[in-house]
Amino acid sequence: MTTPLIELHAVSREYGEGPPALDRVSFSVRPGEAVAVLGPSGSGKSTLLNLVAGLDRPSAGTVTVDGVRVDGLGEAASARYRRAKIGMVFQFFNLLDDLTVADNVVLPAQLAGMDRAEARARAADLLGKLGVDRHARAYPGRLSGGERQRVAVARALMNRPALLLADEPTGALDTASGEDVSALLTELNAEGQTVVVVTHDLALARRCTTRTISLVDGRIADDVSAEPAR
Amino acid sequence: MSALGKVVRSGVGRKRVQTVVIGLAAAMAVTASVLAGSLLVASSAPFDRAFAEQSGPHVTAQFDAGATTAADLEASKTAAGVTAAAGPFPVTSASPELDDGPKLPPMTVVGRADTGGPVDAVALVEGTWVTGPGQVVLSADFRMPDQVGRTLRFPALPGAPELRVVGVARSISRTADLWVWPSQVAALTPPDTAGGFQVLYRFASAATTEQVDASTAAAVPAQGLSGTRTWIAARQDAVKESALFVPFLVAFGALGLVMSVLIVGNVVAGAVASGLRRIGVLKALGFTPGQVVRAYVAQALLPAGVGAAFGVVAGNLLAIPVLAETSEVYGTTVSPVAPWVDVAVVAGTLGVVAVTAWASAWRAGRLRTVDALAVGRTPGVGRGRWAARLTSGLPLPRPVGLGLAHPFTRPARALAMLAAIVFGTTAVTFAVGLAASLSDVQDARDHTTDVVIGADRPGPDRGLPASLDVAAVNAAIAAQPGTLAHFSTSRREVTVAAFSGSTTLIAFDGDTSPGDYRMIAGEWFDAPGEAVVPSPFLGATGTRIGDTVTLDDRGELVTVRIVGEVFDLQNDGMQVFTDAATLTNPVVSNFGIAVRPGTDVTTYLDGLNAALRPLGVTARAGQAGFSDMLLTIVALTTFLTLLLIAVAGLGVLNGVVLDTRDRVHDLGVHKALGMTPGQTIAMVLASVAVVGVVGGGLGVPLGVALHDAVLPAMGRSAGTGLPASSFAVYGPTTVVLLAFGGLVIAVLGALLPAGWAARTRTATALRTE
Ligand SMILES: Nc1ncnc2c1ncn2[C@@H]1O[C@H](COP(=O)(O)OP(=O)(O)O)[C@@H](O)[C@H]1O
Ligand SMILES: [Mg+2]
Repeated sequence: MTTPLIELHAVSREYGEGPPALDRVSFSVRPGEAVAVLGPSGSGKSTLLNLVAGLDRPSAGTVTVDGVRVDGLGEAASARYRRAKIGMVFQFFNLLDDLTVADNVVLPAQLAGMDRAEARARAADLLGKLGVDRHARAYPGRLSGGERQRVAVARALMNRPALLLADEPTGALDTASGEDVSALLTELNAEGQTVVVVTHDLALARRCTTRTISLVDGRIADDVSAEPAR
Repeated sequence: MSALGKVVRSGVGRKRVQTVVIGLAAAMAVTASVLAGSLLVASSAPFDRAFAEQSGPHVTAQFDAGATTAADLEASKTAAGVTAAAGPFPVTSASPELDDGPKLPPMTVVGRADTGGPVDAVALVEGTWVTGPGQVVLSADFRMPDQVGRTLRFPALPGAPELRVVGVARSISRTADLWVWPSQVAALTPPDTAGGFQVLYRFASAATTEQVDASTAAAVPAQGLSGTRTWIAARQDAVKESALFVPFLVAFGALGLVMSVLIVGNVVAGAVASGLRRIGVLKALGFTPGQVVRAYVAQALLPAGVGAAFGVVAGNLLAIPVLAETSEVYGTTVSPVAPWVDVAVVAGTLGVVAVTAWASAWRAGRLRTVDALAVGRTPGVGRGRWAARLTSGLPLPRPVGLGLAHPFTRPARALAMLAAIVFGTTAVTFAVGLAASLSDVQDARDHTTDVVIGADRPGPDRGLPASLDVAAVNAAIAAQPGTLAHFSTSRREVTVAAFSGSTTLIAFDGDTSPGDYRMIAGEWFDAPGEAVVPSPFLGATGTRIGDTVTLDDRGELVTVRIVGEVFDLQNDGMQVFTDAATLTNPVVSNFGIAVRPGTDVTTYLDGLNAALRPLGVTARAGQAGFSDMLLTIVALTTFLTLLLIAVAGLGVLNGVVLDTRDRVHDLGVHKALGMTPGQTIAMVLASVAVVGVVGGGLGVPLGVALHDAVLPAMGRSAGTGLPASSFAVYGPTTVVLLAFGGLVIAVLGALLPAGWAARTRTATALRTE
């Protein structure tokens, strides 16, 4: 049994009064897994992902990723943790409009202080691999949704993260582009990348993951591992 | 609550930082403007104001006690044309010594039991008024440090009386140098004189010299009258001193007012502009443009009103020390902030807020709703991308590169910040330059030498022996080790043909460099028959450099050619400096000596005095006229500059707050990609660095230009030109440091919002999609 990459123990997150967004959630993810987090809108999926990414802190419980206690990190330490271990993909891409595609992609490496030439070379590599290299000097506003999400994935992979987190990566895309992106995630997972995808699209979950965790009102309702894909 | 009211309330509540900044800006603007306005008020006719406040005498009359009686004088107080009178106060003239040695010139001593009265209500500046014999109150015009508690001795008088200084007071009309208990005056009156009385009159008609003269002739008894001084003469004396500083304080006041308007307008316009998207939403919900405008004006006026209230309190509190310093400079009494200044400033500030808010909201209200909705999302799409591309290629840490490109995405906002920094830097440059210039002027007008024999400085006679062997004295000085340079002077009172009034002719023999006379134009004389004169002399006599003037020395005519304009204010600048060889038989009244750097003056004096003893004269250290005016001005300048820097910093803070708000989503993305708080702060600071550097680069030349414009104005109002050294105060190092000041203001202003940006909750920021 390998050590888990992600381990959540009794994690809760409350926003003021009202029911908690997450209520004593525990689970773990092994390296190389592809996990889908399913659930209706408002069930706490994004909250869960943010906690794993160190963007938010739990009200109670512990979050451990690759041996790091993420819940206890300060602002600077959590930024460094994200740089080193996490790649994030969002529903609305979150590309920086004022930077070219290439500049968007190298940014995480630059923040981490990677050598310039090396970073540029890797960015070019990734853009090529994801098939958007001809847009390298364009601005994100010019690209289609699907292309933008590919750029976002390239950016997420820039620092070779141990864990790729995606929050509704197909939510803003038309069906064809959505399938394109989910195929990309499947491919990455096949190369060994651990992936956690938040979605409310059951089809997407089936297609590109080996395990689905269902959240309802901040609790795990279901945690199903499928047979290893195909 | 109406829909409009709700919108306003939620607008104020939701945009807390914005609201606080508007409040803060209003508070600072009001504080600065109350101060600036009060300065302007205080600087306009300072003498007249204080004179009215103290019910100054139109005529101060002095009588010989041997030739009149107190009863006669008492009767004159109710003569026709006299509206108020005080006295008769016993008066005498005495020459005291300070407890630590220095002899003071003869002083007018008045016996007065209290400060008040219908005329000349003297203002106590420090300490208490005399309550009995043995005490003395000094006139504030002496400007000596730590006066209260010291002792004045009168060794020349019978019984060598000693008086303890219990207070310092100011009579705007300078009716006395020392005030003592009435019964004390007798003890200070030399035994062979009868003493005198002082009576202070106010007349119904006293607006012009002619009216004062007529009223005096009608009401003041001629019997025993030994002298009068009119309020017009007193005013001329007072104005001459303070005139130098009026343009300076006016410039500061104006700078403060302009900056206040700028910052408030800037903050409010920015706040409204940043609400464009919300305006779009409101209109989509069915608000009319009029309602939108009203909502935003109210949203700005609410915090501005609160800020203004705080600002008025702060301004009035801060005005107390500032106006005290100002009154010190002007030699007037301290008056509180005029209520109309408070009212005008608050009304003006709120007016600026309302107008800017109205104008910006009106523009926003008229924006098509779709556009307004779009504005919030992608502001100025594509603007300044060249800068982003440029900086991404620079070998800089990425956060710094990202920050450097920020100002170019929102040029209008960057310009507003730039304006604040330019003003701030201008103020600092101006203030630093003026302080340096004033200190130089102070230095230039003091001609005291390291060591003197005879009179303190070239000028008033102090009785050297008539049979003095001048050549022997010169030889002794020259022979004394440590002598650097020395000269002797002779002094005559002369008249200039066709010009009434006396002029002092000072003839130099030797090396005049110890006197530190600085040229405004032309050259120092270097041959007999050549002369240099101060600017007031040129003005009063209508002469110019190159002209020849004939001086009448009691019948003996001396003709000199003016070769230069020198900076000197002694004897009101009515002096002529020439070579001793110009005169036929000069009588030396003073020697001035400069010692070599590093020479101990005490040891030097011991040696020199041993050599001088057989000649019947002694040398002593020159005593520079002490003036705390300079300290006052520097304190005032520092205070006003700090305030203007704070206002400029607030302008930057506002800009960065707005920018951070606009970029909150991008900030979230950066953080999600691993930007640390430190890198975030670096990015925000870099974003203001360009503006700071450019602002510094523009502000310094502007400050220098302002300085170079105000300085001659200061000189003009004091009736003099200024030496070149007073202008040349901005050395290369100073300029670089000052230009750097723009960056400092920018960074100080950005530090706080940079910290906020660094602490923004990423998860929250990303949700604002
Ligand atoms: N910053 C926040 N402040 C207050 N409530 C929040 C915040 N973020 C999320 N929530 C609440 O937590 C719950 C879960 O939200 P979220 O994790 O975004 O759900 P999902 O991504 O599954 O749609 C929701 O009820 C949401 O309103
Ligand atoms: Mg979500």
